[in-house]
Amino acid sequence: MAPVLELRGITKRFPGVLANDHIDLTVEKGEIHALLGENGAGKTTLMNILYGLYHPDEGDILVNGIKANIKSPIDAIKAGVGMVHQHFMLVPVFTVTENVMLGEEFTKYGGVLDRSLAAKKVQEISDKYNLNIDPNAYIKDMPVGLQQRVEIIKLLFREANILIMDEPTAVLTPQEVTELFKIMQTLIDQGKSIIFITHKLGEVLECANKITVIRGGKVVGSTDPKTASMNDLANMMVGREVKLEVDKAPQKIGDTVLEVQDLKVLDPRGGIAIDSINFEVKAGEVLGIAGVQGNGQTELVRSLTGLLTPIDGTVTLNGQDITHSNPRQITELGTAHIPEDRQKDGLVLSLPISDNLVLNTYYLKPYSKGIWLDQKVIIETGENLVKSFDIRTPSVFTTASSLSGGNQQKIIVAREFSRPIKLLIASQPTRGLDVGSIEYIHKRLLEKRDEGCAVLLVSTELDEVMQLSDRIAVLYRGKIIAIVDGKTATKEQLGLLMAGITGETEKMSL
Amino acid sequence: MSPEKPQESKKNGLAIFWEEFSRSNFLVIFLAIFTGIILGGVLVAVTTPEVYDAFKVSFFAGIGKAFMTAVNTYGALLTGAIGNPEKIQAAFASGDPLLIRRAINPFFESLVQTTPYIFAGLSVALGFRVGLFNIGAEGQIYIGALTGVWAGYAIPGLPPIIHIPVAMLCGALGGAMWGFVPGLLKAKTGAHEVITTIMMNYIAFRFSDWLLKGPMADPTEVTPKTPWILESAQLPQLFANPIRFHIGFFIALLMAFLVYLLLFKTTWGMELRMVGSNTNAAQYAGINVTSRTVIAMVLAGGLAGMAGANEVLGVNHRLIPAFSSGYGFDSIALALLGKSHPLGVVLSALLFGFLRNGARSMQLTVGVPIDIVSILQALILAFIAAPAIIRTIYRLKTPKHTEDIVSLRSWKG
Repeated sequence: MAPVLELRGITKRFPGVLANDHIDLTVEKGEIHALLGENGAGKTTLMNILYGLYHPDEGDILVNGIKANIKSPIDAIKAGVGMVHQHFMLVPVFTVTENVMLGEEFTKYGGVLDRSLAAKKVQEISDKYNLNIDPNAYIKDMPVGLQQRVEIIKLLFREANILIMDEPTAVLTPQEVTELFKIMQTLIDQGKSIIFITHKLGEVLECANKITVIRGGKVVGSTDPKTASMNDLANMMVGREVKLEVDKAPQKIGDTVLEVQDLKVLDPRGGIAIDSINFEVKAGEVLGIAGVQGNGQTELVRSLTGLLTPIDGTVTLNGQDITHSNPRQITELGTAHIPEDRQKDGLVLSLPISDNLVLNTYYLKPYSKGIWLDQKVIIETGENLVKSFDIRTPSVFTTASSLSGGNQQKIIVAREFSRPIKLLIASQPTRGLDVGSIEYIHKRLLEKRDEGCAVLLVSTELDEVMQLSDRIAVLYRGKIIAIVDGKTATKEQLGLLMAGITGETEKMSL
Repeated sequence: MSPEKPQESKKNGLAIFWEEFSRSNFLVIFLAIFTGIILGGVLVAVTTPEVYDAFKVSFFAGIGKAFMTAVNTYGALLTGAIGNPEKIQAAFASGDPLLIRRAINPFFESLVQTTPYIFAGLSVALGFRVGLFNIGAEGQIYIGALTGVWAGYAIPGLPPIIHIPVAMLCGALGGAMWGFVPGLLKAKTGAHEVITTIMMNYIAFRFSDWLLKGPMADPTEVTPKTPWILESAQLPQLFANPIRFHIGFFIALLMAFLVYLLLFKTTWGMELRMVGSNTNAAQYAGINVTSRTVIAMVLAGGLAGMAGANEVLGVNHRLIPAFSSGYGFDSIALALLGKSHPLGVVLSALLFGFLRNGARSMQLTVGVPIDIVSILQALILAFIAAPAIIRTIYRLKTPKHTEDIVSLRSWKG
C-alpha cells in the first residue's frame, strides 16, 4: 500500500536562501511522524508548502500515492491535510460547534444555520476519539488544553487524515501534555496520521513512531525513537556536540537583593492577577517561578520592573523601596529585564541593531553628550557586543526585525548583561528558541548567578526551571502555592503543584 | 534564515541618512509618481472632446490626438511650473530686468507654493514618526496665521531682525497650542487624535472667522480682513516685483534640517521614534510615553503654525478668510509620499508646489481644470499606499521585510 503522504524532492528557494533542499519525507498511515529541527531549519517552510501556503520550486507531494496539486489551504483540506497552528484560530465568544462549522456551515431551509446537526457531528467526533468536548461550551470558558482539542475537531470535521501539529505542547501543563499524547494515540489507532513538529526532544522520544531531523533545509536523518537517545537527536539537530545538562557551580549565596512582601497586582481587566505573594531572591541564586502560562507571571514581572503599579504590598531592591518606581529608576538601580515577549517589549524591530543595543542606556554617557546622540560610540559599542555575544548579523545597521528569534534574544541579552547589574529578571528567556540558542542563554544566565547576581527566572518550561533554579516557587492563580528546593524537586511534584493540587505535597518553606 | 550580503561596517552620517531614506523604497515612490502621471495623461485625453472627434476620423488620428493632448497639457503644466525656456532666453537676450524677472517668475512662484507645504509636511511627518496621525495641520495653520499676523500688525516699533522672528515664533506658538490640546487629551484620556484634531480644525476655522469679523478686523475694510502687517514683520523678498519669493523658503529648509537633527541625532528624537515604533518597548526602556506624546503634538502643531505664519508674513501680508487652500490636508499625502523623512518631505513638497503652481497656468493656457493636480496627487498617493500595485505592474521583487510606511500605534488595537 502506498504511504498516506509522500514528499519527494521538495525544494523552496527564497531570495538568497535555500529554505528546503530536496526534502524527502514519507508518512505511513497510522503513524506519528516527528519533524525535529531548530528554528530556521526549514520545517515551517516545509509544512507551509504541504498546507498550500507556499508553492515549492521543485518536488512533488503525493497523497495516497497520487500526485496532489496543493495551491492553497483549501486544496490541502480537500487532500485531507489539516494543520493545528501553534496559535489557535478560534473565536472566543463562539461555541465549540460554531467555531468548528465556521467556513463549512451546515444550513437548512436554504440558508439558515443548522447548529444542531453540526453539534451532533461534533459530539460524534468527540466520542469517537475520546476528546471529551461539549459542543455547546464557549471557547472563552475552556482551558487551553481543551481549546487545542477543538482545533483538532475542526480538522476531523473536515475529514482530514493527515494532521500537522505545530509545537502543540508549548502551551500545555505536563498533565495536559500526557492527555494530548493519549489523544494522538487514539487518533492514529483510528487510522489518522500525524506530523508532529517540535524541538522538545523528550516528547519526541515519548510519543513518536518515527523521527525525521531537518537541519539547514536538508533532511539529516531519520531514526527510530526506540533506539535514539536525547543526545543523539540534539547533536543531529544542531550539527555539533550539544550539552543538554547544565553544569551548575555550587551556590555562593549572598545578601537578599529582591524582597517582595504581600504584593497584589491587578490584570488589565481589573481582576486580581497577583494575590498577596511573598518571596525573596538572594545574590548568587536563581529563583525559578514555575507555573502554567496565565497564572500571573506577566503581571508579576511587570510590577517588579515598574511597568505596572501594584495595588498593595512592597517591593524592595537592596533595601530600597521600588514599589512605585518607574522602569528607568529600577533599571538604574541595577536591574536587568529580559521581557517575556521580546518583539513586543524588548526590541524596536524597525530600528537598527546598534540602537536596540542601547535601548535603555542611550541617554547615558558615553552614548550621548547632553541631548546629542554619539552615533560613533553607539555603533562601536554595537559592533563589540555583536562580536562578544555572537549575534549573527551582516552589520549593526540591520534592523532587528530581520534577525532570527535566537539572534533577537541575543540582542536583549547582550544589552542587559553588558552593564553592571545586581538583579536579573528573566521572563521566558528561551521561548521559541532552538537548542543551540537555549544552551547559550542558559550558560549566560548561570554566569550571572555565579558572578553574584540575583536571578529571578520566570518560565513555563518546567525543564528549564528545574535545570537552572536553586529554588522553585510555583505560581498558581496569582498565588505562590509552594516554594521547593530545586535539587530535590521532581517533575511530578511540580506538575501537580502547577495544576493547583497541594494535597499530596507538603508545603516546604525554605 | 535571513539572506544578507555582508556589507562594510563603517558608515558616515550621510550614508546612514541615505540608508534610512532609501530603505523606504525609493524606486517604488519614483514609479508611483511616474505611473500617476501616465494615468493622469490618459484621464486628460479621455475627457477632451477633440480626442473623440479625432477618433471619428480614424483610430490612429484618435490615438495621436489623445497623445498630443496629454503632452500639451503636461507641457503647459511644466512651463507653468518652471517657466518657458524660450521666453527666458529671449528675456536674457533683451537684458531688460523686468522681462527677466517675469520670465523666471514661474520657477520662484513654485518655490513660494512649496514653502507652506514643507512646514505642514514636516508637521504631519513628525506626528507619523511618533505614531500620531495629525489631521489637525489645517487648523494649526489657521491659528498660526492668526497669531503670526497679530504679532505682525499689533507690535509696532521693532526692527525687522527682531520683529520677524517674534512673529514667526508667535505663529509657531499658536499652532503649538492647537496641537497641545489633542496631545493632552490623547495622553490623559486616550481620546484618539484623529477625532480630536478634526474637531480642533472646525474650532480653528470658526474661531478665525469670528476674529476676522470682530476683534481682529480691519475697520477700514468692508469684507472681513485683518489690517496689513507692519513692514518690519514682512519676510524679506529676494527679488523685485513680480517675484514673490521670500526667505520663508530657507526658513522651511532650516526647519527640515532641525527636524532631521531632532529625530535622528538627539536622545529626544530617539525617544520619539521609539514611542512611534513600539510603545511597549519605549515603556520598557523607561520612556515616559505620555509626555512624549504631548511634546510630539506640540512640535507638530508648532511646525504647522509656522506654515500659517509664513503665508501671512511672506505672501499675503494680511489674513483673509479661507486663505489656506488645504495645505494642511495635502500635507498628509505629502508626508506619506516623503515616507515621513524630512528630506522626503522637502522633495515631495517641491513636487506638490511645482504641480500646483504649474496647474494654475495650465488651466489658463490649455483649459484643463486645476483639479487634475488633485487627481494626480490622489493617484500617486494611492500607489504609495498600495505598493503591491506598483510591484505587480513593474514586476518588482517583493521586499524581504514588510514595509511599514507609517505605524500608527493607536490603530493597531
